[in-house]
Amino acid sequence: MSTRTIQGQKNLQDIRTSSPDGIGGSPLRPDGNLKVRGEFAYSSDMWHEDMLWGMALRSPHPRANLISVDISEALKVPGVYAVLTHKDIPGSKFYGLEIQDQPALAIDKVRYHGEAIALVAADHPETARRAVKKIKVEYEVLTPIVTEEQCLDPQTHGYVHEPHEYKSHGYDNICHEQKLVSGLGVTDEVRALADVVVSGHYEVGMQDQAFLGPESGLAVPAEDGGIDLYVATQWLHVDREQMAPVLALPEEKVRLTLAGVGGAFGGREDLSMQIHASLLALHTGKPVKIVYARDESFFGHVHRHPAKMYYEHGATRDGKLVYADARIVLDGGAYASASPAVVGNAASLGHGPYVIPNVRMHAIALYSNNPSCGAMRGFGAVQAAFGYESQMDKLAAELGIDPVELRQLNAMAEGDYMPTGQKIDSPAPVAELLQRVKDMPLPPPLDLDNLDIRQVPGALSNTSHGEGIVRGIGYSVGIKNVGFSEGFDDYSTARVRLEVIGGEPVAMVHTAMAEVGQGGVTVHAQIARTELGVEQVTIHPANTEVGSAGSTSASRQTYMTGGAVKLAAEAVKQALITKGRRRYGWDQNDIDLVGGKVVSESAGVLVSMVDLLGEEAIDLTREHHHRPTVPFDKETGQGFGHVQYTFCANRAVVDVDVDLGLVKVVELTAVQDVGKALNPLSVVGQIQGGVTQALGLAVMEEIVVKDGKVRNASFTDYLIPTILDTPPIPVEILELPDPNAPYGLRGVGEAPTVSATPSIVAAIRAATGIALNRIPVRPEHLTGTL
Amino acid sequence: MRVTFTANGKPVEADDVWEGESLLYVLRERVGLPGSKNACEQGECGSCTVYLDGVPVCSCLVAAGQVQDREVRTVEGLAEESGELGLVQQAFIDAGAVQCGFCTPGLLVQTDALLDNEPQPSDNDIREALSGNLCRCTGYEKIMDAVRLASARKCAKAASE
Ligand code: FES
Ligand code: FES
Repeated sequence: MSTRTIQGQKNLQDIRTSSPDGIGGSPLRPDGNLKVRGEFAYSSDMWHEDMLWGMALRSPHPRANLISVDISEALKVPGVYAVLTHKDIPGSKFYGLEIQDQPALAIDKVRYHGEAIALVAADHPETARRAVKKIKVEYEVLTPIVTEEQCLDPQTHGYVHEPHEYKSHGYDNICHEQKLVSGLGVTDEVRALADVVVSGHYEVGMQDQAFLGPESGLAVPAEDGGIDLYVATQWLHVDREQMAPVLALPEEKVRLTLAGVGGAFGGREDLSMQIHASLLALHTGKPVKIVYARDESFFGHVHRHPAKMYYEHGATRDGKLVYADARIVLDGGAYASASPAVVGNAASLGHGPYVIPNVRMHAIALYSNNPSCGAMRGFGAVQAAFGYESQMDKLAAELGIDPVELRQLNAMAEGDYMPTGQKIDSPAPVAELLQRVKDMPLPPPLDLDNLDIRQVPGALSNTSHGEGIVRGIGYSVGIKNVGFSEGFDDYSTARVRLEVIGGEPVAMVHTAMAEVGQGGVTVHAQIARTELGVEQVTIHPANTEVGSAGSTSASRQTYMTGGAVKLAAEAVKQALITKGRRRYGWDQNDIDLVGGKVVSESAGVLVSMVDLLGEEAIDLTREHHHRPTVPFDKETGQGFGHVQYTFCANRAVVDVDVDLGLVKVVELTAVQDVGKALNPLSVVGQIQGGVTQALGLAVMEEIVVKDGKVRNASFTDYLIPTILDTPPIPVEILELPDPNAPYGLRGVGEAPTVSATPSIVAAIRAATGIALNRIPVRPEHLTGTL
Repeated sequence: MRVTFTANGKPVEADDVWEGESLLYVLRERVGLPGSKNACEQGECGSCTVYLDGVPVCSCLVAAGQVQDREVRTVEGLAEESGELGLVQQAFIDAGAVQCGFCTPGLLVQTDALLDNEPQPSDNDIREALSGNLCRCTGYEKIMDAVRLASARKCAKAASE
């Protein structure tokens, strides 16, 4: 069902794509065979002779003082080896990605429902569970600070962190804020230039990454007093950086190896069980495994920030945007996590891929007693996209202009400027993406006479036979940055080794990149094959023995670690050619490695790589840094803050049963510019997975939090799209190379999640005529029974 | 208690099994078959699907004691006796239906069962049959492709035999 066409643009760089397993081909995953055999070792599959099971006691209250924690009864349970509280932490008691504000185990108070208070290690998970229940905690329960109004009035409602705890960060329960003004800003004079004004309040619920593989891993105490941790994470080195001070160990004694990762989507950027398992292992001297149950997973990782947004757009009668004014309030929950960077993204990308001469924006993240929020696919751009795209539809309706045309009329393109003042210096085919998505064939209308009941909303549960169904179509487009922004020195490291094994030249690629399912391991092998002209490539297990690869997030891994593999492979190639020059005195300038041989276009085959290498291995390590960015100015938001932009456009077709308030997405189309598709099969897979998470946010996914308490921490109650909820997803990719990126590529994974949600809501609005301003859209929003 | 059963054709036994343990736990932690996955342990995600006496079940919902003297077949038992990948396994790889792969073992067993009953399922049949198996990565499109591919190969194979 999925279609794909690649636009025939010539790549900027001279790439050897002769091998179908090199870049541009779609070789199969190197780990696929193990995965379909059930032999691939995920972090929850780790096992060690004599290992113990770790488990945490978690707070049932979102805000409380801890009067006492009594572990004596728990310690008496047969089979229990250790019960630990914050008092047993040897080093720093706090950690955090950007701000060290999170206690590894609660001290004196808890700030969110599910915060870890104590740990148990026991010989069986059930023993651990029973012991956890025997820990006696006396709480002084306090009224949680959970709404924007409460957060912003600490004099009345209190502080999530006492002011003296802030140290260098935050004030008045505001974790971070970013303002932005461009052009003349939004003044009365600017407003007067607009013929029409549309405004609205929008709300986004709290979405969860809901990766399938639970947080888990195995910590093994080492003879040198250090720890070996096998864990599913997104960034080995940043885990280690946060763990070592808490464990009071030098970093080199904290060794991490990536265990199989069952999806991530941002939810593994923060630490979960890493410190806990390591503390227990160091304390007991035995290997300790922790595997979160699903409810614990919901408590144990950060979520997508819920948002409340106000948007106002002014335009001329003929549809040209004059100004945009916005305020985005993100609820960051109890701890900072990645909130500052999420705010930066929301502010700088919050006006969408449009040219708007005058802009004002204010984005903030609050501290509250709600669950902590941080990274999730789309990272601050998702919430904003729902706001600005809803506004575009409103404006189009107000002006009587086709919604796609209105977007095209204002679409940014290469050479335009972001509201941050940053010039877009690579292709930005926003109007073209919209045109292509519009031009794709539509699915046939519902044939009520020959209805397969399974096609209509809710019918599988026999609630309808197709009465009351209305179809709607909606469009959207979104913008996302790639890589880490705002002056962060984002880099990755790769080690490439070339040697002769079994009479063949073999390349080995060693990085610390977390393969979380996105396919980086496939692409790294493709790059090594392409650069070194070899067939055989092995991927070394990812660990902290090699330099940092940075995070598998922000759509950055192919760009950053792929770039590092390319640099290292190029260096190996140059070293090999240099060796040949020394030995044979070649003076040609057109020497290359192809098909296991050293060749020159003018002189033909010079020597086989096997003969030239002999017994010697060439082993080189390189770092790839992207071009520097700068932090946004605090007040004006100006600055070259993002390294690359990426765009995706969508069309959603939905059937809505207006009697039942049920929605079925009939088709969800995506067109995205990927710069260069290093592996088209993976690229399409990423886009389809990405839009499906957007579908989840549009119509079903929300962590329901009431008075700070999570009401649906299970897959029974937190719904993610099933195969029945998910429609065919036709995908088309464009390849317009970015001259600044390796191979011209553009990060892929997040843009579809940013852009697709608004198209679904637009389609539901088109079907029902109901102005929807909150996601996920629920049946009661559609039946008026709210 | 001691539980003895057949796993992928071989007799296995597990000692000191606590009454509350699930078949999933016994497979993963006691008899060295971690291929079935633990994503929810409450029957919602299908990652733990195995055959029990030829019927696909969520092994997280089966008490270990219930499998006494019965036959279990897991993802580890889907390959051919020669060690070659089974038809459904190969189709999932070829179609790009495996990303993180955590959902894959359950989907493979469920697809295998579907194609046994209905070698040429319609898209609606596939969606209905696999609706108990969550996948968070793929968007399901490539899983649909994989099942269609496996179906086509299975039918072609049957025709040539
Ligand atoms: S683990 Fe059994 S259904 Fe989810
Ligand atoms: S491939 Fe990751 S859950 Fe399906």
